[in-house]
Amino acid sequence: MTRRDVFERYSKTGDNLISILHDLQNENEWNYLSKEDLQAAADYLELPYSFVHGVATFYTMFSLKPRGRHIVRVCQSPPCQLMGATTVSDELKKLLNVDFGQTSADQMFTLEMTSCLGVCGVAPAMMVDDDVYGNLTPKRVNEIIGEIRRES
Amino acid sequence: MKKRLDVLICGGAACIASHSHDFKARLIEVVKEKDLEEEINIIETGCMGPCELGPVMVVYPDGAFYIRLKPEHAERIVEEHFLKGRPVEEWLWQAPEARKIVEEKRQVPFFEKQLKVVLKNCGRIDPENLNEYIGHDGYQALGRCLTEMTPDTVIETVTASGLRGRGGAGFPTGLKWKLARKAEGDVKYVVCNADEGDPGAFMDRAILEGDPHSVIEGMTIAGYAVGAAQGFVYVRAEYPLAVKRLRQALDQAREAGLLGENILETGFSYDLEIRIGAGAFVCGEETALMASVEGHRGMPRPKPPYPSDSGLWEKPTVINNVETYANLRHILLNGADWFAAMGTAKSKGTKVFALSGNVNNTGLVEVPMGITLREIVYEVGGGIPGDKALKAVQTGGPSGGCIPAEYLDTPIDYESLAELGSIMGSGGLIVLDENTCMVNMAKFFLEFCVEESCGQCSPCRIGLKQMLMVLERITRGEGTMEDLDDLERMSHTIKATSLCGLGQSAPNPVLSTLKYFREEYEAHIRERRCPALVCTDLITYTITADACVGCTACARKCPVDAISGEVKKPHVIDQDVCIHCGSCFDACKFNAIERR
Amino acid sequence: MKLEDLKKIREKHQKDMILRDGDARVRVVVGMGTSGIAAGARETLRAFLEEIEKRTIEDVIVTQAGERGLSSHEPIVTVFEKSKPNIVYGNVTADVARKIVAEHIVNGSPLSDFVLEVSE
Repeated sequence: MTRRDVFERYSKTGDNLISILHDLQNENEWNYLSKEDLQAAADYLELPYSFVHGVATFYTMFSLKPRGRHIVRVCQSPPCQLMGATTVSDELKKLLNVDFGQTSADQMFTLEMTSCLGVCGVAPAMMVDDDVYGNLTPKRVNEIIGEIRRES
Repeated sequence: MKKRLDVLICGGAACIASHSHDFKARLIEVVKEKDLEEEINIIETGCMGPCELGPVMVVYPDGAFYIRLKPEHAERIVEEHFLKGRPVEEWLWQAPEARKIVEEKRQVPFFEKQLKVVLKNCGRIDPENLNEYIGHDGYQALGRCLTEMTPDTVIETVTASGLRGRGGAGFPTGLKWKLARKAEGDVKYVVCNADEGDPGAFMDRAILEGDPHSVIEGMTIAGYAVGAAQGFVYVRAEYPLAVKRLRQALDQAREAGLLGENILETGFSYDLEIRIGAGAFVCGEETALMASVEGHRGMPRPKPPYPSDSGLWEKPTVINNVETYANLRHILLNGADWFAAMGTAKSKGTKVFALSGNVNNTGLVEVPMGITLREIVYEVGGGIPGDKALKAVQTGGPSGGCIPAEYLDTPIDYESLAELGSIMGSGGLIVLDENTCMVNMAKFFLEFCVEESCGQCSPCRIGLKQMLMVLERITRGEGTMEDLDDLERMSHTIKATSLCGLGQSAPNPVLSTLKYFREEYEAHIRERRCPALVCTDLITYTITADACVGCTACARKCPVDAISGEVKKPHVIDQDVCIHCGSCFDACKFNAIERR
Repeated sequence: MKLEDLKKIREKHQKDMILRDGDARVRVVVGMGTSGIAAGARETLRAFLEEIEKRTIEDVIVTQAGERGLSSHEPIVTVFEKSKPNIVYGNVTADVARKIVAEHIVNGSPLSDFVLEVSE
């Protein structure tokens, strides 16, 4: 889908900005909003570039830097922490050889922290793109990342 | 007088066809002959299953399950089982599954103690099937409102029910709607706050995923009541399935004429749109949420003006939580009195809580207001894993506080939790066992708020960061007693001067833990010790000479070479070099390392 | 539609189990809220469908629902059966799903170890 296709879904009103930014980011191969994306959104909605930049940098789910093909978000909130989120995070860091905020060398995965995913009953949990995984253990984490690698 | 034995004879169609009545008649006869009428209660029940084994009979309290009964069996059963207490083995159903089926009266307490109103359909109906929702009384309440009630009557009903906002503040819903209705202007809006960002809360997600039409119906009723033609549901981006189901439900409702132009052909027009968040907890605050709906940075603004006077695009706006909307159709269908009959004097109805942490049964629990914390944790929650002791229950997320074990018998409602220094919040209940460090917990929630602060006002932006730095020093063993006074002073200042609810409530976990667990803070400071053995910098590891066999396993694991000793001789840890990582403790197979 | 039409739809779809005469004998409802999915409910649903197809069983329907609430025991599955008590199962992995089809649905023996609740 091109940028034009994205814009055609939305009327030219300012309140559509966040939805447009989401779609533009999802369509971007490297899961981020480039300068061109921001400028295009500004042009379409007839808003200043600085305004659009301000909105994009306020919300944590938007990235202005290129990321991996898959975004791995590990929940760091108290219920997950109580049930072992640190062990899961450590395993992911080891497995992907990254720290939080970094992308693996093969550009496949970016590891991020997130706040509560809302599946506290199956803590510890993580989200990879739009899929949620719970009851995690280091072993399970390895399986999941392995499956995603194979399917890519 | 309670009878000694309850005898249930299946009166299902299949059993009757197998002549269960003949058996029953004979059994009653024999019981009478032996003069046991006063002690034995014989009842005919509905189908117990399994039908191919009938006639069947269950005897309580044993739970003995008899199958393929004939009238001639009656005598021996009465003699041996009823009189002598020995069930007749050869006529019992031997399959082990029988026991479970038999105990159909016994339910897992998790479900038994709950009173499902808002969650009634969740887990039962297919949320992607509009007909199933309608089959369970869906849209009947809306129909009644539009055809039999005026907007003012609707508001009166909601007011009389005593419904209070379920998002956390507990503001009377009827009053909010009345204010919006009275406000000047023809254009009004209805907004649903589905930004559920509180760590430990997932009630709204379950409702949106499991019963999305109930929220749509509630919002449409609200639109009718206040005179709005447009509504928005603001859902956080971390809930993609909820967004998908809601979107689908909106399409279905529109297609069926239950949303959009001329709803149910009554002339009332109203439509809803979804707006998605992008990872900002502060957008759960109503003014920040509205800014985000408008396509701006999610920065709160001071109140007044309140949204009911000036909200979205400065028009009068009603903002309510998902659970609040989900309650509405039940109130309008069953009446205000029905709702007000549940709960306590000032907190009516039920509340959905999200139970997580150190508890056996985690998940969603809907109970009438007024139930005690003890019942929730031990009966519904099934107690604490490993039978550990309960330390406290955190309620209200990062805006709330902890309730220590000695207050477990407090009935839960808005007022009682506030009196204890916490809040109801959106309903998150995190159970904490004896191995939790309360100082660390407070630090957690504060870290969260620092991360999520929008940065606009100094008290929150600078103040919370300062408080966090103090807590970090305390958990590193560098705290002083003056720090505790500073924490309290800063907390009160930040609460009084922050621009929005995030800053105003962020110090609550610190104040609450200082109130109930001051001795833990003092141990961290005075003794440089973490009683719960959580704060790694404060855990001291020493080798017990008597128990150490000198296997050198610990010395080999130590990343900083802090352990010395000869083979087969007791080893020693150099406390000046030790970094408290605990590798030695994990490596030792002889329990020779002590942690304190 | 008008209100009267709504009432007609309601009457038609009123029964909780939707196991009307002539229709399916058993209805398997798999909890597909995010908690369930995070715990593997998709694999559970797939296992039910595959096992039922493998055995060419014709009188069973499999549908989904939201969360019943007991996250710690997800995936959760409810089995509705004509003239029998309803059974709620917990911790239903793909393997357990296959056992439920074999032992409960085909042979009439519920798996007691996994039963959470029995009700009419």
